[in-house]
Amino acid sequence: MKENQKKGDKGVLKRIAGPVVAAVGVDAHMYDVVRVGHEELMGEVIKIQGEEIIIQVYEDTSGIRPGEPVENTGLSLAVELGPGLLTSIYDGIQRPLAVLVEKMGDFIERGVSAPGLDHAKKWNFEPLVKEGDAVKPGSIIGQVQETNIVHKILVPPNAEPATVRTIKSGSFTVDDVVCTLDNGTELTMMQKWPVRVPRPVAEKMNPDIPLITGQRILDGLFPIAKGGTAAIPGPFGSGKTVTQQQLAKWSDAEIVVYIGCGERGNEMTEVLTEFPELEDPKTGKPLMERTVLIANTSNMPVAAREASVYTGITIAEYFRDMGYDVSLMADSTSRWAEAMREISSRLEEMPGEEGYPAYLAARLSEFYERAGLVETLNGSSGSVSVIGAVSPPGGDFSEPVTQNTLRIVKVFWALDAKLSQRRHFPAINWLDSYSLYLESLNDWYDREVSPEWNVLRSWAMEVLQKEAELQEIVQLVGSDALPETEQLTIEIARMIREIFLQQNAYDAVDTFCDMSKQYDMMKAIKAFSDLAYTAQAAGVTPQQIIGVKAKNDLPQIKFIKDYKPELDRIKGEMEKEFNAMRSSV
Amino acid sequence: MKEYRTITKIAGPLVFVEKTEPAMYNELVNIALYDGTIKRGQVLDTSDELVVIQVFETTAGIGRDSGVRFLGETIKMPVGREMLGRILSGGGKPIDGGPDIVPEKRLDITGAAINPYARASPEEFIQTGISTIDGTNTLVRGQKLPIFSGAGLPHNNIALQIARQSKVLGSQEEFAVVFAAMGITKEEANHFMDDFERTGALERAVVFLNLADDPAVERIITPRLALTTAEYLAFELGMHVLVILTDMTNYCEALRQIGAAREEVPGRRGYPGYMYTDLAGIYERAGIIKGKKGSITQFPILTMPGDDITHPIPDLTGYITEGQIVVSRELHRKGIYPPINVLPSLSRLMNLGIGEKHTREDHKKVSDQLYAAYAEGNDLRGLVAIVGKDALSERDRMFLEFADLFEDQFVRQGYEEDRSITDTLDLGWKLLSSLPVEQLVRIDRELIQKYHPQFRGAAKAAE
Ligand SMILES: Nc1ncnc2c1ncn2[C@@H]1O[C@H](COP(=O)(O)OP(=O)(O)OP(=O)(O)O)[C@@H](O)[C@H]1O
Ligand SMILES: [Mg+2]
Repeated sequence: MKENQKKGDKGVLKRIAGPVVAAVGVDAHMYDVVRVGHEELMGEVIKIQGEEIIIQVYEDTSGIRPGEPVENTGLSLAVELGPGLLTSIYDGIQRPLAVLVEKMGDFIERGVSAPGLDHAKKWNFEPLVKEGDAVKPGSIIGQVQETNIVHKILVPPNAEPATVRTIKSGSFTVDDVVCTLDNGTELTMMQKWPVRVPRPVAEKMNPDIPLITGQRILDGLFPIAKGGTAAIPGPFGSGKTVTQQQLAKWSDAEIVVYIGCGERGNEMTEVLTEFPELEDPKTGKPLMERTVLIANTSNMPVAAREASVYTGITIAEYFRDMGYDVSLMADSTSRWAEAMREISSRLEEMPGEEGYPAYLAARLSEFYERAGLVETLNGSSGSVSVIGAVSPPGGDFSEPVTQNTLRIVKVFWALDAKLSQRRHFPAINWLDSYSLYLESLNDWYDREVSPEWNVLRSWAMEVLQKEAELQEIVQLVGSDALPETEQLTIEIARMIREIFLQQNAYDAVDTFCDMSKQYDMMKAIKAFSDLAYTAQAAGVTPQQIIGVKAKNDLPQIKFIKDYKPELDRIKGEMEKEFNAMRSSV
Repeated sequence: MKEYRTITKIAGPLVFVEKTEPAMYNELVNIALYDGTIKRGQVLDTSDELVVIQVFETTAGIGRDSGVRFLGETIKMPVGREMLGRILSGGGKPIDGGPDIVPEKRLDITGAAINPYARASPEEFIQTGISTIDGTNTLVRGQKLPIFSGAGLPHNNIALQIARQSKVLGSQEEFAVVFAAMGITKEEANHFMDDFERTGALERAVVFLNLADDPAVERIITPRLALTTAEYLAFELGMHVLVILTDMTNYCEALRQIGAAREEVPGRRGYPGYMYTDLAGIYERAGIIKGKKGSITQFPILTMPGDDITHPIPDLTGYITEGQIVVSRELHRKGIYPPINVLPSLSRLMNLGIGEKHTREDHKKVSDQLYAAYAEGNDLRGLVAIVGKDALSERDRMFLEFADLFEDQFVRQGYEEDRSITDTLDLGWKLLSSLPVEQLVRIDRELIQKYHPQFRGAAKAAE
């Protein structure tokens, strides 16, 4: 690659007004990283007009004066990719927060740079190619046991195909050369990648396997595919963060990248304290070992907030290149959009809708396009699923960020304040939400859960739809005025809501529900429904049916780990009660 | 230090100066008037040609003849232990007739962000003695929990009751109250001060007063001064600090005023687009730091314009804080004190501070069940208004009655009534026992057996 000619070019600051500053006399390209002021704060060129360059600065600019120096590094904003990413917590520009605490104490001061990876730490590199092997971009040359996850060492995507000249084995830092190629290229365990450029893949494929999350309403009614995209909009306090954290904890991805973008400090602390204690239900290993956290909280600099989603998705893509299924949560994409708006308004750009820049929609779709199930450069398959929280002002979904997001993503989990106020959690509205993956995932559910599953799901959705219609009538005339079959429908819908849909994230057992339990629960409700309608046809009154005692025990199933014996007992009781009722008619 | 007499323009709280030395962004500025008065301001925008200064007081008296001096530093707050018991202006000057404060330290008022990695999870239960908070919206040490209220509602009394009754069970640590008033009336301020004096809290308090007739722009710095003081008391002196900020609505109005003066593109309802980030810079200054003794718990109070919770001020606040306590006009009209509507209220850190380790094992589920039952009863009220009670099923009637009971016994309590958490939870069970046991679907069997009054009696009798 050619060196950027503008590297090292120096100029002076001209104007400072918050996170956006102007400099003159510096020759630069767009998105070059520059060092600003005597303290050498990190910034990025975001506009060039004549002699002047406009820079967004990733740190607080208080105390900086016009006339201070600005120097172009000639590099783009890039992340370091290699062993050491897992279990880390970074700010928006990949500075490890733990290192920042060491260097500057409990508060985030400025002017401190810290590399994303630990350059002193040695990792045990195990080669997987030998001298004379042909390699190309994306080829795996070796691996490192990073945590319980194996970190594959790849030939960078921008290298040329070549033959291995030497390859080492043993303990190395990320700067040590572990492999040389016959074209002279030296490979270390680390690569750098500019965050605003998607990492190349061989091919994008259509997702057909669900990301199983252990959340009944998601897996059961509105599944997201591995490599898919989902948005979860909702007013404050409706459950965006809890849902995202549930996915980070329980989804069956191999790697999780969690971006706290302009949200609360305590929420990141919670993840940091909780995750090391929790076990991955699949591997039994601490969840933290598969997790990378990015925390650029609401009170940290907005420019770094803008960068944080790119930092996160680049790390996710890198693990996908190794053939892993990665899931990425961004909480909240609205704060990212607001950071864009703030920067844009300081550039005095012509605002689009609600003050957001005209390129908002383009940025959002570029970001979500980086998700996907792919064939990697080395021919394996990997995926990045992206789940973005959206925080619409006033909870009104008609605003630009929600609307532009919904035009791109395939799954919509609509949070509803009316439900959260009732403590119906997850407060996902079952009438408004949708998944466009349903059809492509049908086969998987048929095969892996039961051929009956898709039928059960359609049945449940129908009952819920019907209930909504009936509720409108009830609001006018009261429930007693409904015909008997419809009174039953209302009761069965209530069971679906209270037993299946409601799920307590804070209950040790209910927090995660695998597909077979989901199936058993739904089947039990359907069984009750079948018994109920048969009994009703035989002349049993709805009041009697609603009074069936065994059904009151069904919700308890959620809280029981080995629920099967209890479920069988309840089903048996239910049948007995129904038989008794029928014979007494 | 050089003085510049090159003011070219004055607009609202902004002063524009030309041909100065290179000024720092956010640099503190003194502006000397013809009569010798000094006004303070801060640099908002700096370049070789023009410096824009935001003045923290009224610009009355400033003219092109005024002298501008750049002080070479950003705004600092002198802090010290001596501040306890003192009353300061919204700009940080003593106004209680006492001596000047001898500073132990001078701290930047913007305050750096706490590194999330350095934070410790808040999890210590604070008992406020108010059932709707302790029982269903539990407060923990280090939380930021605002009160969303409306004009004319008793939010001040609620805040005072909380400040007076709050305690961490079994703890004897040093505590302090930092009270920052922004644009409230003299009468309201007196109400707070009298209560502080009556209960002896004033000795442990630092009070900042920017009243309704004080300059609006000063309100921009008042909460920052208060929080800088709080950080000093908490993280350097190891105290547990409760910060009351009232009224954040007035703060936001001041922010809007400055935005307008700068001719910025306004966001929703004319508030600046960066209001979220600005408010976060205030509210995020709460919490606990690993390895440090103290803590900052924040109680911002705001009045929702038009009682509208989707208004940008409560909306952006709710997006940053860890829940909200919503004061309801309807309950207030029914004569219920404290008129806290639990349905839109929330404490997000509740789960960390309750349960076996902190309060009682049944806490979470009792709370969930109370919510669910009250929500259901409350919904039915709308229906009853249309179809009448007779059209309700037996089940519905029970929930309807539950809602009334809940408001009358759980929500309602005295201004001086300090309920223990056990009393609150037992009261919850008592109310729930008015419903058939099988309707308590949110609670598991074992807890029902153990705590439900009906079985509790039986269990006791069996012993
Ligand atoms: N699945 C769930 N189970 C139990 N409680 C839940 C669940 N989801 C949400 N909650 C409750 O709702 C509260 C608010 O949820 P959360 O913090 O996720 O909201 P949010 O949508 O992220 O809000 P904000 O936009 O302000 O960040 C939680 O603190 C928790 O009490
Ligand atoms: Mg959230």
